[in-house]
Amino acid sequence: MFGIAVSVHEYFTLLARLLRSCVTRPFYRRDVVQQMDTIGVASLFIVVLTGLFTGMVLALQSAVEMERFGATIYIGRLVGASTVRELGPVLTALMVTGRAGAGMAAAIGAMRVTEQVDALRTMGVDPIRKLVAPRFLAALIMLPLLTIVADLVAILGGLLIAVVKLDLTAELYMRSVYETLAQTGFVLRYIPIDLIQGLVKPLAFGGIMAVTSCFYGLRTTGGTEGVGRATTQAVVTTSILVLAVDYFLTQILIVLFVG
Amino acid sequence: MTESPNDPTRDGAAFAEEVRAEARRELETATTPERSSDLVELRDVRLSFGDNHVLNGITMGVGAGQTLCILGGSGVGKSTVLRLILRLLLPDSGEVLVEGRDISAVSNVDVLELRERMGMVFQGSALFDSLDVFDNVAFPLYEHTGMGDEAIMERVHEVLSFVDLDPDDVLRLLPAELSGGMRKRVAIARAIVHKPPILLFDEPTSGLDPITTRTIDELILKLRRELSVCAVVVTHDIRSAARIATETALLKDGQIIFNGTPEEMFSSEDSYVRTFLS
Ligand SMILES: Nc1ncnc2c1ncn2[C@@H]1O[C@H](COP(=O)(O)OP(=O)(O)O)[C@@H](O)[C@H]1O
Ligand SMILES: [Mg+2]
Repeated sequence: MFGIAVSVHEYFTLLARLLRSCVTRPFYRRDVVQQMDTIGVASLFIVVLTGLFTGMVLALQSAVEMERFGATIYIGRLVGASTVRELGPVLTALMVTGRAGAGMAAAIGAMRVTEQVDALRTMGVDPIRKLVAPRFLAALIMLPLLTIVADLVAILGGLLIAVVKLDLTAELYMRSVYETLAQTGFVLRYIPIDLIQGLVKPLAFGGIMAVTSCFYGLRTTGGTEGVGRATTQAVVTTSILVLAVDYFLTQILIVLFVG
Repeated sequence: MTESPNDPTRDGAAFAEEVRAEARRELETATTPERSSDLVELRDVRLSFGDNHVLNGITMGVGAGQTLCILGGSGVGKSTVLRLILRLLLPDSGEVLVEGRDISAVSNVDVLELRERMGMVFQGSALFDSLDVFDNVAFPLYEHTGMGDEAIMERVHEVLSFVDLDPDDVLRLLPAELSGGMRKRVAIARAIVHKPPILLFDEPTSGLDPITTRTIDELILKLRRELSVCAVVVTHDIRSAARIATETALLKDGQIIFNGTPEEMFSSEDSYVRTFLS
C-alpha cells in the first residue's frame, strides 16, 4: 500500500515537472516532430484496421436486432454515435498504447538501464524535458488525429456492410450517420458537439498514455528484463486508466453538453 | 516540494524560483571552503540505500594530473562514488568536494556549471543510440555552448582524432554499428569535448578484449600526459590499475581498506589486499 502511495506521488511529481518543462525553455521541437512521426507511422495502419472492423461489426450486430423491427435504416445512427462518442476514442487509445506507448516505455527504459538517462543528466540536460515532454506533446497531437481517422474508417466500414449485406443505399446510411451527429447540436455552426466530445477524450488519453509510459520507462531497473517489465506495466496501467478516465470523462461531458 | 537528487528523473534546471531563492540565501551565508589542491575530494562520506549501507565513511582525494583507481569487487559501491562526484546522488553525511565546492551546497540551478567541469565515461559507454557519432560527441556543445556549426565540427574532428578514430570513417555511424572498443573511444571523445579538468571512468575496460583494454589504458595515460586531467577510474582490473594509476584505493564493505600508490599496494602485507591482487 505504501509503495502504491509513493508511486502515485512520483507519478504526479513527474506530471508537474513535465507541465513545467512544456512551458519553459529550452524546447526540443525537433524531438516533438520526430515523436509525432514515430507515433503516426507505428499506429496508422492498426488504427485503420481497428476502425474498419469495428464499424463493420457494429453494423452487422445492430442489423440483426433492427431487422426484427424493420429499422435497418437507423444503422447509420448506431454506428455513427457509438463510434464517434465511445469506440473511436477508446479503441484508438488502446491500440496506440499497445504500439506507441509500449515503444515509449521500452525506449526510455532501455536508455535508463544503459545509463543514457544519467548521461543526459551529467551533460546538464533534463531527461523530462528532452525525453518525456516531446512524447507527451506528440501524443496530445497525434491521438485526436488518429481518432478522427478511426472514426472515418469505422463509418465507412459500417457503410460497406450496410450497402453490401443489408441492401441500404449509401445515401440513406450517410444521412442517418449525419442525423445522429447533428442531434446534439453544433459548435461554430459546423462542428458537431459529438465530435468535440470525441476529441476531448483522445486528448486526455494521449496525455495519460505518454505520462504513464514514460513514468514506467524512467523507473526501469534490472537490465533488459526490467525493460520488458516496464513495457508491460506501462501498457496494462495505461489501458486501465484509459477505461476508467473514459467513464468519468463521459459523465462530465454529458453534464456539460447534454444535461 | 523538495527535489531529491537521488531520483532518476531529477531536473537540473527545475524549480528555478525556489532554487534561486535558496541560492541567494546561500550566497549570503557562504563561507569560502578551505582550499585544497585536490580537484575531487571525499570526506567521511556515508550513503545508504534503505538498509543497504553502501558507503560507511569514505575519505579520498585526487589532484590535477593524477589518476586515482578505485578498486573493489562488484557491488561494493564503486559506481556509487562516481555518481556522488557527479552529484547524481547526494551523501547522507560527509562532504563531496569538486574543485573545493561542496556538492551538497550547490543548488539545482548551479549544478550545470558543476557538471561542466567533469566528463563521465559510463560503463556501457551510454552513447545515445538514436544519434550518430557526430551528434553524440557534439551533443554537449550544442546543448550548452553558443558555438557555431563549423567550430563544433572542427572540435568534434579534433577529439575523435585524439581518441585515435578517423573522423571521416565514423562520423555518420550509429553506436550500434561500432565495436565495443570504438564505442568506448567515442564515449571518451564525448566526455572530453568540452575540455573538462576532471574525468570519471566507470570500468572503462570491462567487457573488452586484452588488446583493446590496453589501447584504452594507453588513451587514459595520454589524457593525463597531454591534457593533465584529474581522473577517477573505477575498475576491478588490477592490471589496468597497475598501468594507469598514480593512486589506488581499495574498497570493501563500504570502507577504503587501502589507499596508496600502486607500488605500495602491490607490496602491501594486508591479507585482503593480497587476496584481491592474487
Ligand atoms: N539507485 C540505487 N538504489 C538502490 N540501491 C542501489 C542504487 N544504486 C546502487 N545500489 C546498490 O548499491 C550497491 C553498490 O552499487 P554500485 O555502486 O553500482 O556497485 P559497483 O559499481 O561497485 O559494482 C549495490 O548493492 C547496489 O545494489
Ligand atoms: Mg559499477
